[in-house]
Amino acid sequence: MTKEIATTINGATFRGEVPDNELLLDFLRERVGLIGVRQSCEVQVCGVCTVLVDGAPISSCCYLACDIDGRTVETIEGVTDTDFFQEISDAFVRHAAVQCGFCTPGIVLTAKALVGTTDLSTEQAIREAMSGNLCRCTGYRSIIDALSEVFDKYPQVDD
Amino acid sequence: MGIDVAIESPPNAATQGSAVGLSVERVDARDKLAGKAEFTGDLRPPFMLFGAVLRSPFAHALIESIDASEAEQMEGVVAVLTAKDLDDLDAYYGHALKDRPILAIDKVRFVGEPVAVVAATTWAIAEEALSYIDVRYQELKVAASLDAALAPDAPLIHDGPQRPGFAHGLGTLPDREGNICYQYGFARGDLDEVFASAAEVVEGEYEFPAVYQYSMETHTTIAHHKGNEIILWSSCQHPFLVRQEVSELFGVSLDNVQVIVPFLGGGFGSKSYTKMEPIAVAISRKAGRPVRILNRVDESMVTTRRHNMKCRMRTAAAADGQLLAREVDMWFDTGAYADNGPRVTATAGDAGPGPYRWTAVEVRAKCVYTNTGPSGSYRAFGATHVQWIGESQIDELARRLGIDRVEIRRKNLLLRGEEVRPGAKPMDADLIGDLDKAAAAIDWDAPRPEGRGVGVSVGLLAAGAHPVSTATVRLGPDGGVSVLVGTTEVGQGARTVMAQIAAEVLTIPSSRVNVQGADTKYTPYDRSTGASRSTTVAGKAVEEAALDVLEALLETASLTLGVAKEELWVADGTIGHAEQSLTFEELVQRRFGYSGGELIGHGRIQPRGGSGSFAEGPVFWEICIAGAEVEVDFETGVVTVLRTSSVADVGRAINPQLVERQDEGGTLQGIGNALFEEMRYTDNGLLLNDTLLDYRIPSFEDLPAVMSCAIVENEDGPGPFGAKGCGEGVLAAIPAAIVNAVADAGVHMKVLPLTPERVWRQIQQQKIN
Repeated sequence: MTKEIATTINGATFRGEVPDNELLLDFLRERVGLIGVRQSCEVQVCGVCTVLVDGAPISSCCYLACDIDGRTVETIEGVTDTDFFQEISDAFVRHAAVQCGFCTPGIVLTAKALVGTTDLSTEQAIREAMSGNLCRCTGYRSIIDALSEVFDKYPQVDD
Repeated sequence: MGIDVAIESPPNAATQGSAVGLSVERVDARDKLAGKAEFTGDLRPPFMLFGAVLRSPFAHALIESIDASEAEQMEGVVAVLTAKDLDDLDAYYGHALKDRPILAIDKVRFVGEPVAVVAATTWAIAEEALSYIDVRYQELKVAASLDAALAPDAPLIHDGPQRPGFAHGLGTLPDREGNICYQYGFARGDLDEVFASAAEVVEGEYEFPAVYQYSMETHTTIAHHKGNEIILWSSCQHPFLVRQEVSELFGVSLDNVQVIVPFLGGGFGSKSYTKMEPIAVAISRKAGRPVRILNRVDESMVTTRRHNMKCRMRTAAAADGQLLAREVDMWFDTGAYADNGPRVTATAGDAGPGPYRWTAVEVRAKCVYTNTGPSGSYRAFGATHVQWIGESQIDELARRLGIDRVEIRRKNLLLRGEEVRPGAKPMDADLIGDLDKAAAAIDWDAPRPEGRGVGVSVGLLAAGAHPVSTATVRLGPDGGVSVLVGTTEVGQGARTVMAQIAAEVLTIPSSRVNVQGADTKYTPYDRSTGASRSTTVAGKAVEEAALDVLEALLETASLTLGVAKEELWVADGTIGHAEQSLTFEELVQRRFGYSGGELIGHGRIQPRGGSGSFAEGPVFWEICIAGAEVEVDFETGVVTVLRTSSVADVGRAINPQLVERQDEGGTLQGIGNALFEEMRYTDNGLLLNDTLLDYRIPSFEDLPAVMSCAIVENEDGPGPFGAKGCGEGVLAAIPAAIVNAVADAGVHMKVLPLTPERVWRQIQQQKIN
């Protein structure tokens, strides 16, 4: 079975049919060619497949492509022109918070969604908020340092 | 003594480097942030098919029949590969022992062993087709643990003649005995006499769990077998060893096997040697088109893991704290195929005595087949397995003798130049100085509340593997430099460091240097990316190649300026004498005329003698030193790591920030290995926790509040500018420091990981005793 969907992906309109059992991860990678969306654990633990749907981070490995009908999808490719991306990139570079880079786009997108919606005022709060993204290379210290710097530039919200 | 990788002195001209020792921006960071960096799974060669692997549901069984006819007829299925398609090949591989068939032939030996492969136009079709392949099995008795495989009535997991692989590096291999596929050991001094006369003896039995490396990018390979040519894009750490193995398996000459390595999404040893490449090549051979095999996590978990092991150890000391003797027996569970098990076993054997002076020492290490997925390399293998055991015995001796635990180590640690083992490189670092740093960083002498403890640990890891690396450096007419080197960028920052080394020699900014990934057709030979060898050995080849280019530039400058080479200066990409100078661009153009041409430099690092056996090494001893402070909750058994310290004794830090990141990443992996990572099998060989839901790795919330990494730069390494490798030792040292800290808090653990349940049970046991 297929379903007719209309959606916006990284600012571009997409209309068409998708199989009703196709995962958003496969749809974005195989049909749209967005390789910044990565596949790893497939059970919503590691966070490398994170994309933003209507601004909220979701694991595209456990989300049906047809459910983006009427919604807006952003992947890493769609946010690289933003000031936020420039700031977070500079901070990650400064702290050498990128190693193999497989997890990095997912972490950037989660961080983007957290700003303005979640309490990020303490290191403990940042750790909890980011715990849906794993990284096996860095040991997290440099990522937290980089994120703290970026989050400090934005107004804090109470959780 | 040992393998000497020293090279000729640099040219006489006074050069002023500009890159080494600086934490320059990673060359790949911005592409990785933007999601543009390409991994193997992102590539789509024209007409590529998607592969899916049918895996055995049984741990030990005979294959009675395979019927793939229904799957073959499905729409979208292009080819189905079974063992009968391999009839024209000697279809067995394995760099250490040639024991592994490309696909199970007649028999399966672990749950998850590949039995058939489908290539189809989509991944979904390929996976669906697997369920239409009918395989009949006859189950055999299973030995899914060390105890079961070593029992007198254990089923033999391999019964044919044992064949050595092409790259075991272990000298003459002993014959297989039952399920023991490799043994390593040594003995010095009169063990019985020394133990009999010792003031204190500590002994015990210990267990280390099976651990999953979890590189977030799972094993991924695309193969295109074109008849007399094979192209592979693969997430592999050792492209040149893969090339050799694939060449032999499929009878295609080395120069016609091209292995291309994009960025790797982590490796940690899991992508060392040959993994999914033979299967991918075999299905492509049948399909006639490129085929991709991308493991899912549960498939990667049975492709390779860290060996679980059992150990019996005893250590003796004199009343004044002098260490006297140690005896070690170890059994490593290598799973159904040897993979790198023999090397892991030998490295653990070498690490067994620890970095101390002994009157007598005896080590016996055995590598055992079981009916579980194969075990291979994982960061700091061997050392991680045994360091925590030896170091916990040192602590216990100190406690019984009333000596401070740092002090007993200072008294017994090997000094620079002392023999580590006969025939090997002598101690090449300042262990006492390093230990003092690790202890000071966790406030060793500070008073602590109840439930808290501190621990340190010291160990050695034979590093560098085989020192063969070559590199090419190209200087173009616009002054841009390309480095061709076979080192794989697994995340450690190899491309950045190689750029810095070339830039330093050529006195240019590292941003002017381009370093691409390995492509065996064009990048010169490099043995492997592992054993912390890249900066030291491949980096040395890059340094030599850059010096070769510099020499050619000096020649041209000397002729142009009419000045002897020795009187020239080199700085900022310019060569001159007094007030006259020429840029590199001008020199290249002078040399070739017009505006074209390029200067090409070669670097070759090779051992100056020896048989190629690792026993003559190591290239250097990687230092495994750490400290930890923990808190133990005596009600729940929960261990919290409050603080860690590590020491990166790197000779010279080419990029200090990247050195720190190596130690930080290794620290978290060490916490995972020590506290909760454990692959659990049933007696029937079924892996119980084969997803990230129930195999947990450290997350943001497991980071200790304080994690310090000291960099020691004694410029005593054999690599470029006195550098030596790093990044693995910390993983061996952290679990040992944690175990010792937990013991200091009052709980004496002999089985890892230190799960709350296990710690709580030990607390109750100690109360009873």
